[in-house]
Amino acid sequence: MDSHSIIGTKNKKGQVFTDPHHLFFEAPRIPSFFTGSEVIKEAIRRASVDLMVAYPITPQSEAAALIGELYAEGYVTDYMRGENEFGVMSECAGGSFGGARVFTTTAGPGTMRAMENFPMWSGARLPIEMIVTCRGINSPLSIQPDTLEIYFLLETGMLVWHAETAQDFYDWILMGFIVAEQPDVHLPIAICCDGFFVTHTKDVVNLTPVDMCLPPYDPYRSPVPCMDMECPPVRMMRDPFVMKSNYISYATHASWQQEIRAAIERSRKHTIPMIGGLIESENTDAEILIVSSGTAVSQGREAIRLLEDEGLRVGLVKVKSLRPWPYHEIREATKHAKHIFVPEFNVAGWMAREIKATIPDSDRVIAGPHVAGGMTMPPEVIVEHIQRSLGKSVATLAGRGS
Amino acid sequence: MSKERIQICPEFFDIMPPEYQDLVTNATWGKEGRGWKDVGVNKELIEQHSLCAGCPESMAFRYILASLPAPEDTVMVGSTGCTSLVFPHVGVHNIHSLFGNQNAIASGLKRALMVRFPDRVKDVVVLAGDGATVDIGLDYTLQSWFRQEKFTTICFDNELYANTGGQESGLMQKGFVAKMAPVGKKFDKVRLPEIAKESGCHYIVNCTVSKPSLVEKVVRNAVLIAREIGPTYLQLYTPCILEIGKNSMEGLQEMRDSEKPGERFAYKEFMSDEAKAFLADLAEKDKAKKASAKEALAQA
Repeated sequence: MDSHSIIGTKNKKGQVFTDPHHLFFEAPRIPSFFTGSEVIKEAIRRASVDLMVAYPITPQSEAAALIGELYAEGYVTDYMRGENEFGVMSECAGGSFGGARVFTTTAGPGTMRAMENFPMWSGARLPIEMIVTCRGINSPLSIQPDTLEIYFLLETGMLVWHAETAQDFYDWILMGFIVAEQPDVHLPIAICCDGFFVTHTKDVVNLTPVDMCLPPYDPYRSPVPCMDMECPPVRMMRDPFVMKSNYISYATHASWQQEIRAAIERSRKHTIPMIGGLIESENTDAEILIVSSGTAVSQGREAIRLLEDEGLRVGLVKVKSLRPWPYHEIREATKHAKHIFVPEFNVAGWMAREIKATIPDSDRVIAGPHVAGGMTMPPEVIVEHIQRSLGKSVATLAGRGS
Repeated sequence: MSKERIQICPEFFDIMPPEYQDLVTNATWGKEGRGWKDVGVNKELIEQHSLCAGCPESMAFRYILASLPAPEDTVMVGSTGCTSLVFPHVGVHNIHSLFGNQNAIASGLKRALMVRFPDRVKDVVVLAGDGATVDIGLDYTLQSWFRQEKFTTICFDNELYANTGGQESGLMQKGFVAKMAPVGKKFDKVRLPEIAKESGCHYIVNCTVSKPSLVEKVVRNAVLIAREIGPTYLQLYTPCILEIGKNSMEGLQEMRDSEKPGERFAYKEFMSDEAKAFLADLAEKDKAKKASAKEALAQA
């Protein structure tokens, strides 16, 4: 088998197909100062992508266009602009059915327009990677950061990761392909970030060498046949289940849905060593914890610093993977906490609901603060929320009119 | 993929489904000049179907599958509807994903196959009903044509939503009373063949499936032109006998009545200049081949 390995050979751009473990954990890293959109481009430059389908929607348009430049340079084999996100996600599906490594990016209303495709992707076991640069989805129109759309993705059968920083984003874009394409996983993956906060700000990101890239996707490691007429065209069933109102058709559908959920769970063993655990935590022996995902974690960190100055010790849990959901990890990390605060960039508070459904004594969870529609979440807002909830007197923030 | 790659282990031969046995022993894969005359003898691509008795769509399915120039390297894309009840029985790789996205799926699929098999023929053929092609999926149908995606789109036009029980569709005739058109459809049958021409299709045929030799010819042309030049479109009348109040035996007559001169399925064809030149060249080569075969026979 090794004699056929592609590892160590070069692609047409002269990049060496590199063992993913070596690429992620051993290869030298080059500090670079980039916007989040540029980081997406640099990750995809090294990802051996066969097909990228693009469509403009703020705040992912820049990244989608930058990958067009990669196509022009020859780093991405094929690239097209779709007609709308429903079409885009279907074109992605077609590419993936045909055995290509497929990548796309979307945001906000685009995610919602495309929604019908996502359970189809997972049901058809298509390991497409989709970047979601979250923005508002409600009317009136907003292009500003808001993470409500992630809530809608949670039960699509996709893997869902929520990046906090551009560095997370860079690493996870590359790692996401490897996890999603494992034969015992083989599911689509949504890698989400908070639009603008991550995509349009510059940060120092440690990049892997430009002359190394991921090995290509091998569609024959898929648990379902690749639709390329290179394996026997078995009739999938004697009778289409859609026509049958009987036990075996129900059981087949039900067990397949369970299998998708089981495949999400099986991704843990690949994900945990890859992204360093489904959660990251600090000082979980503290009585007060801040638990969240995305840039709400960054703001939580700043709030913890401010609270420390006031003599209040607060721990932090950063949830990195939403699907698979770190059930046991969160129960363990929160077991000492008396008060669990969940700051979120959306009005619904879905993260708080997930945590409440996970831990014993769920009244320890105090949802919020919530900001939505593009509002920023200054650390002071988190501090005030915590102090108020704990019954402490708070100096009113200027200009809030209360 | 050649059929040598799919031999059955002799010990298990007798327990394999009959059409699978047929595929490995008797398949027309790779046979030059395969066509509708193989129907009934070579059943490897479709044996049974789950449509109504006498459904013209089941005939159309058989003729189309028998006429694909390279079934061993063809992937078909379907959509939701009566066709999606047949595809699970069909012996070429086929994709059902959602209702109406078939041409978007085919666009991604064709591109993936071109990336992965740059030096080989891999045909993509879309086969969907009129609801999928013209109503819910119209955007994706047209956009794939605008983009000049190299695959064939076949629409089974039965002038209504058959699988859901006979609702109004865009290709339904004006005035027809149906579910969701309780006082008769209020606008004309959508003129998709004309729209296809304006949208960049290189070969367009509007006809019924009453004549298998005709279906064979147009399917073969459509697939070969799509392979070499660009998008092609076939609109085939496959009446839903159930919903227009006909009996199982009356499908063929219904098609014959609808293809008379002046009727809405009288044979109509459009070819781009490129497609014309391509077909002329093909005919020329065919002629030369036959002549040389004749000569060889005479010399022997």
